[in-house]
Amino acid sequence: MSIKVEGLNYIYSQGTAYEIKALDNINLSIEDGEFIGIIGHTGSGKSTLIQHLNGLIKATSGAIYYNGKNIYDEDFKMKDLRSKVGLVFQYPEYQLFEVDVFSDVCFGPKNLGLSKEEIEARANKALQAVGLKEKYYKYSPFELSGGQKRRVAIAGVLAMQPEVLILDEPTAGLDPKGREDILNLIARLHDEKGLTVIVVSHSMDDMAQYAKRLIVMNQGSVQYDGTPKEVFLHYRELEKVGLSAPKVTYIMHELAERGLSVDVTATTIEEAKKSILEGLKK
Amino acid sequence: MSIIKAEDLIFEYKKLDDAGEVESVHRAVDNVNLEVNKGEFIAILGHNGSGKSTLAKHINAILLPSEGSMWVCGKDTKEEDDTWFIRQNAGMVFQNPDNQIIGTVVEEDVGFGPENIGVPTEDIWTRVENALKSVGMIKYRHHSPNKLSGGQKQRVAIAGVVAMKPQCIILDEPTAMLDPNGRQEVIKTVLELNKKEGVTVILITHYMEEVISADRVFVMESGQVVMTGTPREIFARVDELKSYRMDVPQVTMLAHELKEAGVPISGTILSVEELVEEICQLKSKV
Amino acid sequence: MIRDITIGQYYPAVSPIHKLDPRVKLAGTLIFLISLFLTESVVGYVLATIFLAGVIKLSKVPLKFILRGLKAIFVILAFSVAFNLFLTSGEVLVQFWIFKITKEGVRTALMMAIRLVYLIIGSSIMTLTTTPNDLTDGLEKALSPLKKIKVPVHEIAMMMSIALRFIPILMEETDKIMKAQMARGADFESGNIIKRAKSLVPILVPLFISAFRRADDLAMAMEARCYHGGDGRTKMKPLKYKKHDFAAYIVLFAYLGAIICIRIFIG
Repeated sequence: MSIKVEGLNYIYSQGTAYEIKALDNINLSIEDGEFIGIIGHTGSGKSTLIQHLNGLIKATSGAIYYNGKNIYDEDFKMKDLRSKVGLVFQYPEYQLFEVDVFSDVCFGPKNLGLSKEEIEARANKALQAVGLKEKYYKYSPFELSGGQKRRVAIAGVLAMQPEVLILDEPTAGLDPKGREDILNLIARLHDEKGLTVIVVSHSMDDMAQYAKRLIVMNQGSVQYDGTPKEVFLHYRELEKVGLSAPKVTYIMHELAERGLSVDVTATTIEEAKKSILEGLKK
Repeated sequence: MSIIKAEDLIFEYKKLDDAGEVESVHRAVDNVNLEVNKGEFIAILGHNGSGKSTLAKHINAILLPSEGSMWVCGKDTKEEDDTWFIRQNAGMVFQNPDNQIIGTVVEEDVGFGPENIGVPTEDIWTRVENALKSVGMIKYRHHSPNKLSGGQKQRVAIAGVVAMKPQCIILDEPTAMLDPNGRQEVIKTVLELNKKEGVTVILITHYMEEVISADRVFVMESGQVVMTGTPREIFARVDELKSYRMDVPQVTMLAHELKEAGVPISGTILSVEELVEEICQLKSKV
Repeated sequence: MIRDITIGQYYPAVSPIHKLDPRVKLAGTLIFLISLFLTESVVGYVLATIFLAGVIKLSKVPLKFILRGLKAIFVILAFSVAFNLFLTSGEVLVQFWIFKITKEGVRTALMMAIRLVYLIIGSSIMTLTTTPNDLTDGLEKALSPLKKIKVPVHEIAMMMSIALRFIPILMEETDKIMKAQMARGADFESGNIIKRAKSLVPILVPLFISAFRRADDLAMAMEARCYHGGDGRTKMKPLKYKKHDFAAYIVLFAYLGAIICIRIFIG
C-alpha cells in the first residue's frame, strides 16, 4: 500500500508562449500511514502535485503507482483511485451544494454506486468522525460557520472511505481556535483510522507540530524531503526561497550562537521549552 | 484628538421568517464604546463571528447603528448628507482581493475612487501615481489585476483607498486569504502608510503576529470589546486570550511556558531578540 | 476548454489599435459585422480577410491567442457547417447513403463558417485591445443620447464592464468546483442528456452561491469607494477624439464603401 511518483513532469499550456513547467521531475515514495506536510509558496507546484495524486490532472510525462499499479495504464480505473485517495479542496464553498449537510456528505458514496443503507451508514460514520453534532445534519451547509463547513467538506470525502486523505490548506481563513480544532481533527483521523494524511500548508508552526515528514516544494521540484527537524535545519536556505522556519528554530539557533547549549533541532514550543530549561541548568 | 468615536453602539440583525415577521434578533455589536486618535495604529482581534467586521463597517457608514452612534472625523454617520464625506475619509479594504477590484487595469482601478468623488482628470493621474508609489506597485500600473499575486492585489486595493486621500483606513481581515509572503507585504505597506504618511489605521485580523506593531489592541467577543491595551499588555494575558478563541505569537507562548516552568523572565516577550536577550542574561547571572 | 475563451479578456500591448478611441473600435466592429453579412462574393471575402489580417497585425495580439477563442465555439461551428452542408438542396456533388452534398451546400457551409469565425475574431479583437473600462466609457458615450429617454446608460455600461471583469474569475472558479466534485467521484462525461444535465447541479449551485457572494462583496466595496452612479463622476481617462481616430474612421468608411460597391457590382 503506497504511492510512488516517478519522474513526474507537468507543463501548463504546452506548445504556447505561456508554457510553464509546473512540475519538474518529481520522485516521491509515500508509505502507508504517513503524516506528510507539503510546504512551498504560492506557485511552487504543491497544489498541482496533489491533484496528480488522485488523477485530477494528467502528467505530461512520468508515472504514478498506486499500490504498485500505474494509474496511467489504460485499464486502471480512475474512479477507484479518486475514492481511495480523497482530496479536500481549500475552500469548502467549492463543493457544498446539497439542501442539507447529510445529503451533501452522501454525494460521494452515492457516486460510488452503493446501496441506500450503505450510503447513509457511511455518511453517519463520516459525520461522527469529524465531530459534527447531530442537530446540524439537517442544516443547510450554507448556514454553518467556517470551521463547521470545513468539517462537512472533510466528512464528504471521508464518506468515500479513502485510504489516503489529502487536504489543501485546510485551515485557511479560520481563527486560531478553529485552526487548532481542524488540525487536531486531522491528527485524530490519522492516529485512530490509520489514514495516510497529506496536508498542504503555509504554516510552518503547524507543520512542525503535526507532520512527521515535510516535503518542501520550490519552482516545481522537491527541494527538501525529511523530518521537520531535518528540513528546518536549512532555515537560511528556506528564507531564500520565500519560506521561513518556525520562530522557535530562530530562537534556538540564536541561543546556540550566544553560547547556550540548546538543541537547535527543536521545532515545537514543547521541545524548545525542555531544551532551554536544560540549557539553563548546565 | 479622536478621529473615530463609538458611543454605546449597538447593531442588531433581524432575521425574518417567511411571512416577513421578525423571527429573531441577533445583536452583532453590543454596546461598544471606543475612541481612536489621529495617527494611531489600532488592531482589532476577535474570532469569526465576534462582531469585529460589523463594527468596522460602521466606520465607513456601510452599516448604521441600531442604537447609539458612530462619529467619524467629527461627523455622525447617521447624517445622510455626510455619508460621502465619511466614506472618502475612512477608506475601507476588504478580505477578498478579487471582490473589491473593479478595474481591469491596475491604474484604472486605483482611479475609480477619485472618479467617484469628482476629482478633476489631471489630479486623478497624480493621485493614482502617488498612491501606487506609496504601496510599491507603480511598476504594475498597466497590468491586469488577475495576473497579480494575492498580496499584490491587496496592495492595489489599498492604493485605491489611498488615492481618495483618506484620514484613516480600515482593513477588514486583509490578509486572511493570503500566504505568509503576501501577509508580510500587506502589513509592511500598512505600517509604512501609518508611520510615513500619518494615516490612522484600523487593522482587523486574527493573525497574532500582525498585531505586534500596533499602538493599541481591542479584543472583541460576542459583539463587545472585552480587552483593550498595548500588544504587550494584551499578550501578557495568555489564558484570557485563549478563552476568546485567540492565541499569542509563538515566541510569546514559549516565554509564557518558560515562566510557568519557573524561569524568571520579566515582562511579556514579543520578539525573538527579546527572548534571546532575556535568556542570555539569566544564564550569565547563574 | 474553459480556459480557452478569450472573449472578454484584455491583452495588454502598445499598438495603434490599442490606442484608438473605444468609440472608433465599437463602430469598427459594427461596420465589420455588417460587411460580413453584405458580402457574398469571393472578392468581398478577400477584402474582408485583408482588412481583418491588417487589424490583427496592427493590434500586436498574437494570432494564437486570438484563435484560441475559436475553440470555445467549435461545436456551434461544426453544427452549422454540417447543417448547411447536408441540408442545402441543389446540384449534387457527392452522394452516399442518405446524405448528399451539393455545390450550394458547400458554398453556404463555407460562407457560414467564414462569417462565424470572422465574427468571433472581429469581436474578440475589440475586447482584446480595449480595457473593459474603456469599452464601457465608449458605450456610455456612444449611447448617451438615449439618456434623454430615460435609458440608464451609465448603469448598463457599468454592469457590462463588471461582468467582463468577472468572467475569467468565474471561469477559473468553475474549474476548481468541477475538480472538487470529481474528487468526490462525480462524473460529467457519461450517461444520457438527462443524467448529464443532472450532474451539473453540483457545479452550478456552488458557482451561483459564489457569484452572489461576490456580487454582494463588490457592491459593498464600490459603495465604500464612494460609488453613487454616474452623476458628478469625473473620468481618469476622458474620451477625446485624436487625429488617428479620424484617420481610422476614414479607413473604416472606405472599407464599408468598398464592400458595398463589391456587393452592387460583383454580387
